[in-house]
This record gives sequence, structure tokens and C-alpha cells, in this order.
Amino acid sequence: MVSFTLNEEQEALRRTVEEFAKGVVAPVIGRHYERGEFPYEIVTRMGKMGLFGLPFPAEYGGMDGDYFTFCLALHELARVDSSVAITLEAGVSLGAMPIYRFGSAEQKNRWLPELVLGERLAAFGLTEPGGGSDIPGGMRTTAQLDGDEWVISGSKAFITNSGTSITSVVTALAITGRTDGRPEISAIMVPSGTPGFIVGPEYSKVGWRCSDTRELAFSGCRVPAANLLGERGRGYAQFLQTLDEGRIAIAALAAGLAQGCVDECLRYAAERTAFGHQLGHYQATQFKIADMAARAHLARLAWYDAAARLVAGQPFKTEAAIAKLTCSNAAMDNARDATQIFGGYGFMNEFPVARFYRDAKVLEIGEGTSEVQRMVIARQLGLRAGPG
Amino acid sequence: MNIVVLVKQVPDTWSERRLRADDSTLDRDAADAVINELDDYAIEEGLRLQEAHGGEVTIVSMGPQKAADAIRKALSMGADKAVHVTDEALRGSDGLVTSAVLASVLGRTGFDLVILGSESTDARMGTLAAMLAERLGVPQMSFASKVETDGSKITIHRQADYGYDTVEGALPAVVSVVEKINEPRYPSFKGIMAAKKKPVETLSLADLGMDASQAGLAASATQVVSFANRPPRAAGTIVTDEGDGGAKAAEFLASRKFI
Ligand SMILES: Cc1cc2nc3c(=O)[nH]c(=O)nc-3n(C[C@H](O)[C@H](O)[C@H](O)COP(=O)(O)OP(=O)(O)OC[C@H]3O[C@@H](n4cnc5c(N)ncnc54)[C@H](O)[C@@H]3O)c2cc1C
Repeated sequence: MVSFTLNEEQEALRRTVEEFAKGVVAPVIGRHYERGEFPYEIVTRMGKMGLFGLPFPAEYGGMDGDYFTFCLALHELARVDSSVAITLEAGVSLGAMPIYRFGSAEQKNRWLPELVLGERLAAFGLTEPGGGSDIPGGMRTTAQLDGDEWVISGSKAFITNSGTSITSVVTALAITGRTDGRPEISAIMVPSGTPGFIVGPEYSKVGWRCSDTRELAFSGCRVPAANLLGERGRGYAQFLQTLDEGRIAIAALAAGLAQGCVDECLRYAAERTAFGHQLGHYQATQFKIADMAARAHLARLAWYDAAARLVAGQPFKTEAAIAKLTCSNAAMDNARDATQIFGGYGFMNEFPVARFYRDAKVLEIGEGTSEVQRMVIARQLGLRAGPG
Repeated sequence: MNIVVLVKQVPDTWSERRLRADDSTLDRDAADAVINELDDYAIEEGLRLQEAHGGEVTIVSMGPQKAADAIRKALSMGADKAVHVTDEALRGSDGLVTSAVLASVLGRTGFDLVILGSESTDARMGTLAAMLAERLGVPQMSFASKVETDGSKITIHRQADYGYDTVEGALPAVVSVVEKINEPRYPSFKGIMAAKKKPVETLSLADLGMDASQAGLAASATQVVSFANRPPRAAGTIVTDEGDGGAKAAEFLASRKFI
């Protein structure tokens, strides 16, 4: 029988993260958001709770959980705030996971323990100013072997967690040569503070304002040859699974935001009166909230299914793309409706729904746009691209 | 060091709480149950002292079956084992009975230090530390906002309106803590998984050598004889400002002896 009931431990973790989000994140995040500040003390406490270690084994200080429990934590955090959720998502699935999966024993021992404890953050640089969807077509960054060093030149755009004071390393994809005229792509780890590695200022973003996002430049930046992560020339291929997994994580985050909209509206509909009645007594409000709850529910089922397949070792590429597409749509729709129910207050930054509204849009863009998800689904269905 | 932390499950302060119509005891089924808020601080302090001095942290709780959830949470925070006293006959027990039962459990477990929250959010008597210390014949160190010990001597800051007193005593002792003492940890997933495998001993009154006549409402020295719901908030007084709003507001406050 198919069942999506959480087991006792998953439910205990869900409740713990819910309490943390309400007790520790909710009271202060609005202020950080207004100032566009990275919430260091919240991230430290998330680290102490072991959230950054959820899908990693105890050997590296991890929690021995799995990717499903990790997504569950993202979902609960995003019910309250997306900036802290994306900091965790990127830290784990883009930062630490590739090192865990493809790193040598030495690389793992050097970088993972601090990342798993959330004391340090790692970032992953794929997107470039010239293009994010079209990899490798839009890639220009190169790395050339000079003796026993890589010399990296180029730039990366929109890289999450790349410039915090606790960022330890950025894994950058770069063109390391050409075979039969096609670019050979490899992943190279660049420690923060390496000469020639220039971290740009924080972007001014519409949403996710407490998350750290920067443009990076590499200008004759030299790192040891041993900083190659995984196999040379397999840079993109080996990260395809990481990207598929990341889509489930973003889906969980989006479903959390969609649920957060329902939570807020239920509260507000009982508090606010207009024309002598609670907002919640009007059928127009009830139907809106009912639609929102339905979307949040379907969104949750979509990522549960994709994550369950992943954990069970089954193919999940299609389901992950469907989950990301479905959940980010739900987040957008619910954020729009929630803001409407809140009226003028919904447009004020200090209200969570206003943050939800600003944070929802990027879910249709980051870690593969909605168009890219549709492309993936179509390819998986066997549909082939035509000529232009 | 053998540290025992007392934990009570209470109705969530955020949910609506009711007394039962038949015997004026708390309706524990009507509200979500959570760990008493101050007990989180007691557990945290126990774990910190254990981290500094070694030994074991044992959770002791008296309460209905579902108090097992509160115990599980305490274990997932890092405590080593637990004792759960549960018996139908205990329902309605007041502080005096509770202290007798807990003293009996502490006699079995032994202890160097007993830590508890300075009050529970349901009954709010705040007397358990005193009763327990008296029954056990050990020093009572109440309202601690800081605890230090070298394993034989214990020093606390006793929180007061004017600041704090520094109070010193010898172990074994009973310490009640206030919110200011620390920042309780959230359980980690590893802690949650580990809690499943930690030993929880369940005891009945008979296991403690007590019988039903010594427990529950009948054996309690105090009883709730009647209760009334808080009256609904009365309509406010509207002061129309005709240039003298400030004076009128002040008059109103003065008439109620606020100023
Ligand atoms: C806040 C934030 C954080 C980010 N963090 C990271 C990070 O940590 N690491 C990282 O590597 N990247 C990161 N990104 C980049 C993100 O993954 C890219 O923005 C995304 O993949 C889209 O790439 P692009 O912006 O270059 O858009 P483009 O690829 O230029 O796309 C522009 C538009 O064209 C559409 N499009 C493109 N190709 C096609 C096609 N063939 N058919 C139909 N439509 C098409 C796209 O869907 C999109 O609507 C982040 C982005 C943001 C906004």
C-alpha cells in the first residue's frame, strides 16, 4: 500500500524544526530581511541542531538521516522563512553534497566536518553571467593546468553562500580542455581567500534577502592540481544527479512556502473583520484558502514522492522535475492569494506574506527554470527537440 | 555525577485549557500536551553539568501514559535514561502527593543533584522543590539563574527582583531553575534516533511500595473546590478627544487608581 505517513522519528524532527522556525527564526527574520543581513546566529543554531548534517553519515559528524528528512527540514523552515531555508539547501545540496559524493578521502576529511556542523558553508558555481540554463553552451570559465596548479579565469553569477564570513570553499565548473571540439568540463575547488578569486558585493535582490548571493570573478587564480573534484572531464555529468536531487530540495522549500501562506491566512482570516464579519466567514476568503490548501497538499505529495523514490534508489529524474515545477507554481499562486487576503498589510515588508510574495518568484528560476523542468519532463517522455 | 531532572508534561499554554466539570481537575485530554517550558531549561542545565563533570542524566516524570512523549523529547535532547511513574490512581494528586511519589523514586535512583523547573505552567504552585528537599533532607536551592559545582559543593545565583543572591550548599541538593539560566538546545535528528533505544523504566504505585489510598485526589491536602472562567473582557470606555483627551484619559486612570 502506498503511504505518505511520516514515521515517529521523522515526525519528531518535523516538529522540532517547526518549533525552531517559530521560536527562533520568526521573531527576528523580518528585521534581518529589511536590512538584507545574513542571519549568522540563526545559521549557527541550525548547525548546532545538526540540520546541515542531516543527509550525511556520522563518520563526518553527520546525523545519519537521508535526503527525505533533509527535505522535511527545508519544508518546515520555509513555512516561516525561505532565506534560511535556501541557505541550508544550498549549503548541503550544492555545497557539501558534491564533496561528499565525489571528493577524495583527503578532500572529504579536510572540508566536510566543518560543513556538516554548519560552522562553515560551501558554494557551487555553475551559472555564469552569459547563461545558466545552457550548460555547457553558455560557459566561458576556463581552467588550465600549469605544472601542478590550475589557473582559473572567468566569472560566475548568482552564487549562493559564496561570500559569507563562514564560507570556506567554492566548487567552480570550468572548461579544462576540448575533445573533438566539445568542451571538457571539470569541477575545481577554490578555497575562499585564494589570490585571484574575487568575491563581488552582495546583489540587491527582490527576495531571499537574507541569503548570500554574489558574482565571482577568477583572474589568473591558482589552486593546486589536487583541487580537482571528481574526475577530470566529468564535471557536468557527475553533477547531473546532484542537480536532480537539488530540484527535490527546492520543491520541498516551495511546498513549505505554499503551506506557510495557508498558515498565515488561517490566522488572519479569524482575526480580521470587514463589514461586521471575520474575513474567514466570507465564502470568497474560504474558497481562496481552500484552493491554497489544496495546492500546498499536492505540492507536498509531489516532493514526498520524488524524495521517496530517491531514498529507495529508484529512478526519480522525471518526478523531481515535476515536483519542482508543481511546487514552485503552488508557491507563486499561494503567495499571490495570501497577499490578497492580507490586503494592504500583505504589501508591508514586516508581514510574513509580503516576504513570501517576494521570495516565491525565484523558485521558478533557481536550480533550473520552470522551462528547463518542462524540457526535462518532455525529454523523459521521449519527446525530442526539433530544429530551432 | 548522578543528575536527575524532573520533567512534567503540561497542556500547551497556547491552546485553550479547561478544568473538568466533574472533579475540577485539569482536563488533560482537551489540550495539546507539551513538555513544561521551564523543564527544557532544567534538562539543558543537567546536560551542561554532565558535559562538564561526567556522569549520567536521568529523567523522572510522573504523569499519564502520554507523558511518554515528554520523556522521549528529554531523551532526544541527550539525557541517558528515564523513569516514568504512571498509575490511574495518581490522577488529581496535588503537590504534596506528587512530592511524596517523586521522593520515593529519587530514593530508588539515588542522586547527587536533582534539577527541576521553578514552576509548571499548569498549576503554577512553585512549591515542589521545597517539598522535595524537605522530604529528602537535602538543601533546597531555588530560582537558580546560574549553577556552579565542583562535585561536592554547589553555588547558585538565586534570581530575585532586586538582582540575585549567591547561595552555597553541599551536594546532594535540589535545584530549581528559572528561564534566565541558559538557552535550551533543540534535539538533533541523531538525538531523536538515539532516544528510541534509551531505557525507560515504567513504575506503578505498587512498584514504589505505595497504594492507591496514598495518592490521587483523595490523599491530596488541597483541592479545587470551585472555579470560574475568567469573565469576558468588558466593553472599553471611549474617550472622545475635544482638545482635552489627555486630561480625560488621566482622570480615567486616576479613577481606577492606576496613577
Ligand atoms: C537567488 C539566486 C541564487 C542562485 N544560486 C546559484 C548557485 O548557488 N549556483 C549556481 O550555479 N547558480 C545559481 N543561480 C543561478 C540559477 O540557477 C540560474 O539563474 C538559472 O539556472 C537560470 O539561468 P539564467 O539566469 O542564466 O537564465 P537563462 O538561462 O538566460 O534563461 C533566461 C530565460 O530563458 C528561458 N530559456 C532558456 N533556454 C530555453 C530553452 N531552450 N527553451 C525555452 N526557454 C528557455 C529560461 O527558462 C528563462 O526563462 C542562482 C540564481 C538566483 C536568482
